[in-house]
Amino acid sequence: MDKDFEAVIGLEIHAQLKTRTKIFCTCSAIFGGEPNSDTCPVCLGLPGALPVLNKEVVSMATKAALALNLHINHESIFARKNYFYPDLPKGYQISQYDRPFSERGWVEIPTSERDEQGRAVEWKKKRFHITRLHIEEDAGKSIHDGMPQSATKSYVNLNRSGVPLVEIVSEPDFRSSWEAYDYVQYLRKTLLYAGVCDGNMEEGSLRCDANVSVRLRGAEKFGTKAEIKNLNSFRFLQKALDYEIDRQIKTIKEGGKITQETRLWNDKEGKTYVMRSKEEAHDYRYFPEPDLPPLTVSTQYIEDISQHLPELPEARRERLQHLYELTMEESMLLTQTKEMADYYEQVTEASGNARLAANWVLSELLRELKNAGKEITECPVTARDFGDLVKLIADNTISGKMGKEVFEKMFQTGKSPQLLIEELGLKQITDPAEIESIVKTVVAANPKQFEQYKQGKQALFGFFVGQVMKASQGKVNPQLTNDILKKILDA
Amino acid sequence: MELVGLTVDKFHSALKSGETTVEAVCKATFDRIEKLNPDLNVYLTVTKDSALERARQLDQQLAAGAELSPLFGVPTAIKDNICTKDVRTTCASKILDTFKPPYSATVVERLEAAGAVVVGKANCDEFAMGSSNENSAYGSVRNPWNLEHVPGGSSGGSAAAVAADLCIVALGSDTGGSVREPASFCGVTGLKPTYGRVSRYGLVAFGSSLDQVGPISKNAADSARVLGVIAGRDWHDSTSSEISVPDYLAALTGDIKGLKLGVPKEAFVEGLHPEVKARIQESIKNFESLGAEIVEVSLPHSEYAIADYYIIATAEASSNLARYDGVKYGFRDADAKTLQEMYKKTRDHGFGSEVKRRIMLGTYVLSSGYYDAYYLKAQKIRTILEQDFRKAFEACDLIVMPTAPVPPFKLGEKTDDPLAMYLADIYTVTINLVGVPGISIPSGFTSDGLPIGCQLIAPHFEEARLLQAADAYERSYPSNRYPNI
Repeated sequence: MDKDFEAVIGLEIHAQLKTRTKIFCTCSAIFGGEPNSDTCPVCLGLPGALPVLNKEVVSMATKAALALNLHINHESIFARKNYFYPDLPKGYQISQYDRPFSERGWVEIPTSERDEQGRAVEWKKKRFHITRLHIEEDAGKSIHDGMPQSATKSYVNLNRSGVPLVEIVSEPDFRSSWEAYDYVQYLRKTLLYAGVCDGNMEEGSLRCDANVSVRLRGAEKFGTKAEIKNLNSFRFLQKALDYEIDRQIKTIKEGGKITQETRLWNDKEGKTYVMRSKEEAHDYRYFPEPDLPPLTVSTQYIEDISQHLPELPEARRERLQHLYELTMEESMLLTQTKEMADYYEQVTEASGNARLAANWVLSELLRELKNAGKEITECPVTARDFGDLVKLIADNTISGKMGKEVFEKMFQTGKSPQLLIEELGLKQITDPAEIESIVKTVVAANPKQFEQYKQGKQALFGFFVGQVMKASQGKVNPQLTNDILKKILDA
Repeated sequence: MELVGLTVDKFHSALKSGETTVEAVCKATFDRIEKLNPDLNVYLTVTKDSALERARQLDQQLAAGAELSPLFGVPTAIKDNICTKDVRTTCASKILDTFKPPYSATVVERLEAAGAVVVGKANCDEFAMGSSNENSAYGSVRNPWNLEHVPGGSSGGSAAAVAADLCIVALGSDTGGSVREPASFCGVTGLKPTYGRVSRYGLVAFGSSLDQVGPISKNAADSARVLGVIAGRDWHDSTSSEISVPDYLAALTGDIKGLKLGVPKEAFVEGLHPEVKARIQESIKNFESLGAEIVEVSLPHSEYAIADYYIIATAEASSNLARYDGVKYGFRDADAKTLQEMYKKTRDHGFGSEVKRRIMLGTYVLSSGYYDAYYLKAQKIRTILEQDFRKAFEACDLIVMPTAPVPPFKLGEKTDDPLAMYLADIYTVTINLVGVPGISIPSGFTSDGLPIGCQLIAPHFEEARLLQAADAYERSYPSNRYPNI
């Protein structure tokens, strides 16, 4: 980015709530059914059908709002957003407008620019403000390809029509693509922690639009903004923002003007394109939805829900960082998901060694999971067993090298470390007397080398270590072996 | 069995005595429909086969000793903007010409559960928009009292069907007077319940904050009976009330001594037809002779009601009717090359001119820059009108006024002047804006023999009081006249 300029970014996130049924009817809200199979008069927008609010939506929206420090309005109002589109069966979307479910929230999270290799330059905490979180229904999906008569026809699948969403609108608080990236990552993490969204961007459970403008550094007035849509992955989001910021700066420097418009990110070409200009913008003619009474939530209700909210990702990261003396990177990785954090804390508890637990979880566990293409929730090694393994390494029952072998086997078989050590005969020999007897045998078997060592060829010490290891199949404790060998050779 | 003047009570007595059967009365009804419908154009769809099959089942149940449920075997007409499963529901619009809903409205389910036999779908103004039934894509309904005259609207088919004895009871819908005005024009009883009293699920929406389904019948007792069946909480409709449903029939004591009847001083103003004025004043005297106490009340903001109504109703309608876009069901103009063109041609050719006028009005009042001046202001006036009524009801139990300012007018008389047509609703729209219940009962005739209706209005959820007064009046001052058809 040009040093004379500053980017101003605001984000609108649509998150699908993972309720069992849709927001205004009892149809299943889970994807995967045959096209238009999860539908009824309500979500098809049939004449005469009426919406009835799903209570689970309210409890999930409450969780999301609380997790983002939003102020929940005791009374909020549903509104109709009117526009024509084939996948919008009623010709309006039921959303919220001037009295949203919640307002005035914030998150305070670590954020950092990245170097060329994508590594964080310096993590700093920054507070980003959230304007509002409101409840609305999703539309269906237009299908233009892959159907029997796609050459001449478009199709509509209304299974998604009426799936509940929350729209989370931020203040224009982001000054770079990476700030936006870190914020969306955090938002996703928070919604996952709260158990209200599956966070899958590819499947559209989390969608992101961005408002981008640039201004001269130090200027107070915002520049003209462009809205960018279709940012359906973290990579798209970051790349599209960088592209758009550069495009706007370049335009201004060349004496051009930014026009208010909606642009679409095209990932193949790595560019944003104009989708519609301000003149073509919709007049949504919002008005209060007469079919639904105002949504009221009591202080008691909010209180009850907040009791069931888990520790939130940033609070947990901070706690873990300080309690277990982790680095920022480590604490971030270990709190990536609630399940990962739970797992780590269980391993720590079982092993009694937070440091070693962190090392092993972040290296061995993550690698095995990645190779197996598994999530932490599918991990075949229980945190208890993993903790036991870490403990066995910590107290030198087995060496780190053996530990890796045992862990691989644990991951493959799900067996306990004790059992595998037994089976593999891997237990370390830590009894000095036993080691001494092995050492003595080895020295006796190599009189020539012993003579040379005695005459000052110190380098042969390594030879003896190797022979002892060989004789014990690598099971002797290395430190003890060193000590005993030295004692006998130098005697 | 004589169908003329047949009420549920009389019909059930005849069933009990074995004088008739459900099938016989249904058959006679269909014979009469076949004879009279070509002139009256009351029914858009007749469900003869299913009705007769059901009639036979009910007769078997009766023979097996079944109790008479409240609407057992009653031939019933359903306004064609109320969904009936697998039975064509057009809203009298070309855009829904072929539409067969996969579900029934809650009111229809409840009627059928109470034994009613649906005989057909009644003509109406397109999407219930109109006061004369001339806005139907399937032609005007004619007034059984004089075929040159309109039956009122929008539930003109339902009211005319009851008046012409082409059913015993009917369901209409009332957004700004659409049950009461045609009841008045056709000389029958029509009730608009309190907003929230009856489920709207399956009633094709026009003005969602105003719409209510209501019964049209030959007397107040039958309306009480039907209301008792259709009223009450329905989880499908979030605006339906949880207030329990009283026994309306039990409320019909015939005694209204001491009832305070409020006459709004604003009701008898310029533009009120002299014959209507005379009949209503007569009716007020009749109420007095039954022991009611007449008091003057004031509804000072009534003059704003029409304007207010046509902002709120059209705003909601413009949104409610957006779903008729040719994408999913109903009419689609085949001659379109692009999506935009499909929308435009489908809606231009699918909707009639009054519907399009209201969609445009409603779109306008909700537009950015106009919303505050129209829609928001209209909502404020609505609150003021509610306060007017709350205050008036501090001084009286019921309010009485004309149902319509004029007797049934001639077909074509007002079709070129939408504003004059809108004024036919001057006494009814306020009641919908405020949400209180109102009933129109026969109040005599013009010198030309055309019916005039008297409207009674009660506070929220006081339908029992409303029906009690209507019933008491009808008992002492029965009309005893039937259309000569």
